[in-house]
Amino acid sequence: MSEQLINADNSPLPSPTPGQTFAQGALISLPLIIAAIPFAIVYGALGEALQLSFWIVIALSMFVFAGASQFIALNLMAIGAQFPIIVFTVFLVNLRHTLYAMTLTPFLKTQSVWQKVAMAFSLTDETFAVVVNRATQNKQHLGWFYAGSSLLMYINWIFWSAMGFAVGAQFPKLQHFGLDVAMVVAFTGIVVASLKTSSHWYCMIAAAIAAVLTYHWPYQLGLLFSAFFAIAVGVFSERSSKKTNSQLQEEQV
Amino acid sequence: MNEILLIAAMAIVTFIPRYLPFALSERLRFPKLIQDALQYVPVAVLTVIIVQSSFFQQRELQLSGSNPYLWAVLSAFIIARLQKNMLITILTGMAVFVLARWWLM
Repeated sequence: MSEQLINADNSPLPSPTPGQTFAQGALISLPLIIAAIPFAIVYGALGEALQLSFWIVIALSMFVFAGASQFIALNLMAIGAQFPIIVFTVFLVNLRHTLYAMTLTPFLKTQSVWQKVAMAFSLTDETFAVVVNRATQNKQHLGWFYAGSSLLMYINWIFWSAMGFAVGAQFPKLQHFGLDVAMVVAFTGIVVASLKTSSHWYCMIAAAIAAVLTYHWPYQLGLLFSAFFAIAVGVFSERSSKKTNSQLQEEQV
Repeated sequence: MNEILLIAAMAIVTFIPRYLPFALSERLRFPKLIQDALQYVPVAVLTVIIVQSSFFQQRELQLSGSNPYLWAVLSAFIIARLQKNMLITILTGMAVFVLARWWLM
């Protein structure tokens, strides 16, 4: 189904309507959204296990809508951490979204302020991966495409958080079915699809090494540091390979 | 009441990092260096998340055949290189994880 849509998208006529583009955004995101379900269930179940109220667990999914920081927020609330510590940790954990938003910014010139607010609120790893890939191929109705992806992700995340709270105590069994690995292999698929040049490979290898070395850093600062380091490696190798190419051309001339 | 305040504060500090680049884009253009750098964001960030959640078990580095997450990531990597369907990649990775876990038990 999704392949048909991708093919239809590549043909010049007829161009899809906003509604069709919205549906494409949802459909193309569907595998990643399904892969997020186990995380939502584990999140909801954790809230129940930590004896937090249903409404806190669901309000975080509705108003914060950021998986990793919600997990950490639950843990910190359960141990009675201070208000500023919780808020600051949540802030740090989500700083990677700034990189995502910066990457998307050049594609969002025509969007209104309120559209940008809605997009920013619903920005996740999954929607970012799908939209950035789309934007490099086809910019038509990109806002609708984004909305299709992020709205389905949003509804899915809230629904399965609630289901997770309901299943509660049974959640450790999820691991035995391999459900918690779904997100990791989904991200692996996205990374492989993004490996377009040798610089992307160097970036990936640098990220992997830095991730191992900084694993024990607090507040996911290791994630931020490793990401910046790997990006720098990518840019450096891109520039040095360009230099080598132009030097070779000069020598040939 | 305190909980409502806390959730509101968390909502604000997650929204700001997501929105700030959109808000600033009206006023300033990113220099060439940053534009070049941004194309590495997906690979860099997601690789770190993958490595930190699959190479480590119980907060210890586990780079051995007895770690089923490694088999899952490795197989997903290979399958994704061979074909482009994301669902096939995810299902293969999960199947290999379940098999590896069962085999290692």
